[in-house]
Amino acid sequence: MSDTAQPQPQPVPVTARRPTAGRTPTLAHLSGAVATRARNLIALYPEPRSALIPLCHLAQEQEGWLTPGIMVDIAALLDITPAEVLGTATFYDMLHTEPVGSHVVSVCTNIACLLNGAMELLEHAESSLGVNAGGTTADGAITLEEAECLADCDAAPCVQVNHRYVGAQTAESFDALIADLRSGARSADIPSHGTLNRVERTTGLQADRARIATERAAMAAAQSERAAAKKAGD
Amino acid sequence: MAITDVPKIITGRIGHPDSHTLERYLATGGYEGLRKALTMTPEAVAHEVDTASLLGRGGAGFPAGRKWAMLRKNPVTYLVVNGDESEPATFKDHLLIERDPHQLIEGVMIAAYALQVSQVFIYLRGEFALGLERTQAALNDAYSHGAVGNDIFGSGFSVDVVVHPGAGAYICGEETALLESLEGKRGFPRIKPPFFPAAIGLYGEPTVVNNVETMSNLPWIVLHGGAAFAALGEGRSTGTRLFALAGHVNNPGVFEIEMVKTTFRDLVYAPVLGGGIPHGRELKAFVPGGVSAPWFGPDQIDLPLGQDEVADAGSMLGSGSVVVMDDHTCSVRASWRITKFFARESCGQCTPCREGSGWLEKIMERIETGHGREEDLDLLLDACDNIAPGLTWPPQQTTICVLGPSIPSSIGSAIQMFRDEFLVHIKEGGCPFD
Repeated sequence: MSDTAQPQPQPVPVTARRPTAGRTPTLAHLSGAVATRARNLIALYPEPRSALIPLCHLAQEQEGWLTPGIMVDIAALLDITPAEVLGTATFYDMLHTEPVGSHVVSVCTNIACLLNGAMELLEHAESSLGVNAGGTTADGAITLEEAECLADCDAAPCVQVNHRYVGAQTAESFDALIADLRSGARSADIPSHGTLNRVERTTGLQADRARIATERAAMAAAQSERAAAKKAGD
Repeated sequence: MAITDVPKIITGRIGHPDSHTLERYLATGGYEGLRKALTMTPEAVAHEVDTASLLGRGGAGFPAGRKWAMLRKNPVTYLVVNGDESEPATFKDHLLIERDPHQLIEGVMIAAYALQVSQVFIYLRGEFALGLERTQAALNDAYSHGAVGNDIFGSGFSVDVVVHPGAGAYICGEETALLESLEGKRGFPRIKPPFFPAAIGLYGEPTVVNNVETMSNLPWIVLHGGAAFAALGEGRSTGTRLFALAGHVNNPGVFEIEMVKTTFRDLVYAPVLGGGIPHGRELKAFVPGGVSAPWFGPDQIDLPLGQDEVADAGSMLGSGSVVVMDDHTCSVRASWRITKFFARESCGQCTPCREGSGWLEKIMERIETGHGREEDLDLLLDACDNIAPGLTWPPQQTTICVLGPSIPSSIGSAIQMFRDEFLVHIKEGGCPFD
């Protein structure tokens, strides 16, 4: 054996071992505009995977729900597997891995709403829509959800449609709301599917890493100087 | 006790219909706190927050200044703002996010400067569609105004801020679950100790996690000094705080109140606050600080709204949400619904919480629907004991996070205060309030 050190094999990152490594993903399901926005979002995070939930919201706005194809596209954008997308998505109430109606109506029945007639409202909603909570009407217009607290407890019982607050509801106002949703009278403020992405970020990250490192190093030096001066003064 | 006349520290602007815009914010002294902070040293800014003795407003009530001091020894990489407000009946951050997003951003920038972090994430609850919209719009405006981004206000300090939506999971309000979620994973809380986010946080880097209300207090504290903040309130509970009042009250809403000086009675009955219980009914019980907290009865209504005062009485001020139940409320039904919430939101990692919450919910349901058995009360308490041994307050923990030990609070309270109601449900085979 020679005394010279053998060159150690360099560890290969997991992502580089994947069959997709180095390839530009081809996206079969996300539209061009959504894909562009998705790439802008990914650029905001130190790790691409952090953009997973924002991307799911974007994709749901396009398709209404996370179709298997959409999840393949999201995985390709983030260089993770579709199973990882599914694994995360199934944890969250707002991410739908099965089709939902164009309007998801969430009726909160948690404590503050319960005390203000939420169970009665939900029962009314179930009978007037002809579906149980969790179900979708035959025309695909409405999915009814029994929701946990939606943080609008001074307007109880609280209802959201596609996560837009519609204020406290009575049985009568609820029926009127559903009629409006079906006729399209509310389509301006509550369009079909997701409504979380209306305002787009207008700028990417501005402070580059090198600049931040220089600034922080200078400040850290100044801080320790001040600390030393203080100690000397004591 | 009385309602004191104190400055509105964080709700001063929200009466204006355009309170969320940059124009209104600048017209009402906006970003002056940040400008002042940037002329000070980071240590001096942190010192003001320490002097203010601002207790974290997320629920645990840990002093923000102390949390920061733990971090000043090693450089912090990330600041994460917890805006995943989902504790039932808590809706104070909702108000701050939707109505005064610039105040939140300014507070965030002040904290970023004091901690010298390089990147901030504002994690907002996914259900806040309007809040996300307004905060993103405010952030866009703040970038154009020069308050965020490169070389802020020409000070040579740069930091980027990203608004990040959640997707509907109560557990993501727990700080380590929130970090997991921010990394694009399921919201599973991390085991701690030994490593808190301050040591190993987002992407394994040192991270500070602070609540939205905590951040929103910072512009005022920097402008007026920590001492002015500490002069309000009493003891450890300084300053004003937002209380979210809901349930059986004439005037539910979010109120900014000086801590300790005001009582629960004032909050519920004062005409300018809760305005009393509708239909002339009597108070039966109230939740003093989010549904994770044990309930109080009419005997405790004169307790002051202070962190230690409520803790000494055996509950917690928690997230600052007070739910009032009148004498027509079925305590079984109320505690069943709270248990159902925990069963649904348990992340499923730890057996006592995952199994316990499910079993408790099923037993509560059968009592409420008239299928209860005589031994069910003991069974409930036994199951609770498996989650939080001894049913003490503060609870013992058998799980990774505090969601588990929060489950027995409402059941324990309901059985302790209204045992006879449970027995009537079981004997008569149904709910006497139906």
